[in-house]
Amino acid sequence: MAYGAAHAHDDHDHVPGFWVRWLFSTNHKDIGTLYLIFAVIGGLVGLTMSIWFRAELQHPGVQLMDGHFFNVLVTSHGLIMIFFMVMPAMIGGFGNWIVPIMIGAPDMAFPRMNNISFWLLPPALILLILSAILGGGAGTGWTIYPPLSSTGANFGFTGHDGPAMDMAIFALHIAGASSILGAINFITTIFNMRAPGMTLHRMPLFVWSILVTAFLLVLSLPVLAGAITMLLTDRNFGTAFFRPDGGGDPILFQHLFWFFGHPEVYILILPGFGMISQIVSTFSRKPVFGYLGMAYAMVAIGFVGFIVWAHHMYTVGMDVNTRAYFTAATMVIAVPTGIKIFSWIATMWGGSLRMETPMLFAFGFIFLFTVGGVTGVVLANAGIDYVLHDTYYVVAHFHYVLSLGAVFAIFAGFYYWFPKMTGKMYPETLGKLHFWLMFISANLTFFPMHFLGLAGMPRRYVDYPDAYAGWNLVASLGAYLGGLATLLFLFLLFRAYTRGATAGDNPWGEGATTLEWKVSSPPPFHTYDELPKVEAGAHH
Amino acid sequence: MSFAFRPARRAAFSVFTRALPGGLTAAAALALSGAAFAAQPEPWQMGFQKAATPMMEQVDEFHDLLLILITLISLFVLALLVMTVVKFRESKNPTPSKTTHNLLLEVVWTVVPVLILVVIAVPSFRLLYYTDKAPEPTAAEKAAGKTVMTVKAVGHQWYWSYEYSTAEGGKLRFESRIACRGTIDADNRKECEEANTRFQAEHKRDVIRLLDVDNEMVLPVDATVRVYVTAADVIHAWTIPASGAKVDAVPGQTNETWVRFTRPGWYFGQCSEICGQDHAFMPIALRVVPAEDYKAWLAAAWKKATEDSDGFSVVREPQKTARTGTPVRIAAASAQR
Repeated sequence: MAYGAAHAHDDHDHVPGFWVRWLFSTNHKDIGTLYLIFAVIGGLVGLTMSIWFRAELQHPGVQLMDGHFFNVLVTSHGLIMIFFMVMPAMIGGFGNWIVPIMIGAPDMAFPRMNNISFWLLPPALILLILSAILGGGAGTGWTIYPPLSSTGANFGFTGHDGPAMDMAIFALHIAGASSILGAINFITTIFNMRAPGMTLHRMPLFVWSILVTAFLLVLSLPVLAGAITMLLTDRNFGTAFFRPDGGGDPILFQHLFWFFGHPEVYILILPGFGMISQIVSTFSRKPVFGYLGMAYAMVAIGFVGFIVWAHHMYTVGMDVNTRAYFTAATMVIAVPTGIKIFSWIATMWGGSLRMETPMLFAFGFIFLFTVGGVTGVVLANAGIDYVLHDTYYVVAHFHYVLSLGAVFAIFAGFYYWFPKMTGKMYPETLGKLHFWLMFISANLTFFPMHFLGLAGMPRRYVDYPDAYAGWNLVASLGAYLGGLATLLFLFLLFRAYTRGATAGDNPWGEGATTLEWKVSSPPPFHTYDELPKVEAGAHH
Repeated sequence: MSFAFRPARRAAFSVFTRALPGGLTAAAALALSGAAFAAQPEPWQMGFQKAATPMMEQVDEFHDLLLILITLISLFVLALLVMTVVKFRESKNPTPSKTTHNLLLEVVWTVVPVLILVVIAVPSFRLLYYTDKAPEPTAAEKAAGKTVMTVKAVGHQWYWSYEYSTAEGGKLRFESRIACRGTIDADNRKECEEANTRFQAEHKRDVIRLLDVDNEMVLPVDATVRVYVTAADVIHAWTIPASGAKVDAVPGQTNETWVRFTRPGWYFGQCSEICGQDHAFMPIALRVVPAEDYKAWLAAAWKKATEDSDGFSVVREPQKTARTGTPVRIAAASAQR
């Protein structure tokens, strides 16, 4: 790969002062850093909430909180982890930092829009946290189904009458606007700002994954925005979109929500697919196996992701033929997902593997995502889903693909690009320890949930029959160990910043072929003064 | 909202549950001596509750197939991963191959999963269509006077009510509320003690915390029962895991599922759609009894209903629908607005 950017220029020339640099930032790397810091904060808040309710669930009985506050914690945990941890880390953080460098672009297409995409998030997070604290708290689960999320006092039931739900809705509006702007920025950047020679079919798979993710965001988030706006007017302005007593339909909300919600879960995992592809290739010192298949598998997953939404709704009373369709369509997703799993393994096959921390997390990702994927195939079958719907089996399934899938991918990406972003190496032994602690704790937490779900324990329960005590105790202990692993990660961060060895431009060796490894670590404030030229044979 | 830690829990808790280290309790200690069969979760249970209906037997069988397949797939992937680490780590294989394509391999790992999915899909659709509607009685069954029975379950915040058709010119309605929430405070504790006394007297067994109710649903054994499910306020979900049936209770619409219990006994489920603060405290308890016992229960329940006692009542009005679920309160609410 030919590469024309100069290291030699004085990259300190154009760096603005602190306030201008971090508050009015238009630099994709600075904004990426802001996103990553934000994701760490969001993740800590979400993790604390989960440990809090796992403490409640450690033993049968109601000990630490009442049923409503338990629901509030579950709701905030879900929304925070999705909108304020995984999405900012993957798309805002790594996407912003790495995509422009990977395609040889000097920055994002719309730097100022990039800035507002980020700065919409803190107010959204504040509103969401306030929604848990003020006005009774929003305790509906992250799916905010009406009528529970609607007002109830005038209609003789307990809904959410206080301002909490309105704040949660506004939080989603703002976070959604942020993501849509970000997605538009990525699509424009990737389509228009690739360096000469960087054709679509030469783009690294991480760029492909962000491109597909951005399309999913642009197409799905407006539907959520519409649905929650209707919910807002139902709550405050007397409309009855979802109110049966006014001729509305609560199930309509579920259709709209999951038309967004299902693509959303692929939004959470697709960038992870991209990162894992880069990492597996780098640490195997071998190009990605079946590059085109990998890229179009992501496109296929993104497309099919839009036509499977009602598999979250098998029990709502849909026609049996509709359920049959959604069963079939959902199972189809297993095919492109299988292609990805096997292609990663084929990439490693015959390679020269170095098991450093990013690769450990990638290994963990591939296996645990497979486990989460196969339980997804079980749940896809409507006939079995009746028994498992809204039980801990579902909780186990989506934490295997998200808490162990997406989060492991984020950590893999973090360790992979940390030397690039900071110019310092993280402590390798601590990194490996972090991986093993995470791996053990996450499995300890979530594997027993399969058993609880099969045995019939419903999710979002503040208290459970005594027979479920054993596995719940195991899960809670796992969660505490996960908290410990996270403290270790924070310590590792501190050590990396204070005592980290200097990382060269490319600490990973010849396996790291993408453009970010051709620039200095950290890259200059303006990465490319002169566009790099990309020639054939770069990736396959 | 109260965050107060209640240290009295543990001591009070052990009244009905044998306290094991860490609060583990054995439901086995609550063995149901009065019933022939019961489906309820067991400590350290790892699989489904024992199937009690033909529907759940099929679910069980299908899940066995799926479990074998997904275990094999997961182990296969794990084995490949382990092999790559063993065979292709840097020290073993210093020079990486340059292979990036293998058409045959790619076709195989696309086609084989498709075939596996077809193997799954066939029984899946068979099961799905079987679960959808209660089978109509066969000619022989019709000749023997067998019909499909109908029961309606209505979800409320936070209890269930059931309505049975009767030959008496009105519907039997009764409310089914949790019998024992726990032993957290004095009130709850008293509630549990009273419930336990009653269960010992009536059913010769201890009350099961969070699963038992004051007025359980009663069904005759071997009867095909269509269950209509709706809700009066927010969405709930009615389920008995051992029956394989689960359906949302949605205000403004009536959903349908069906059960046919093949053995007498007690069966338990819990509300399965988040419905507010007491979501965890509106269980579904069902007692399946021989046909004669069912008739006796129905007669006794009807008597209670005509006397309007114990939460039993007669519904003579045109059927309440969920849209006007609690008509009095809604009317008052409309007047307010």
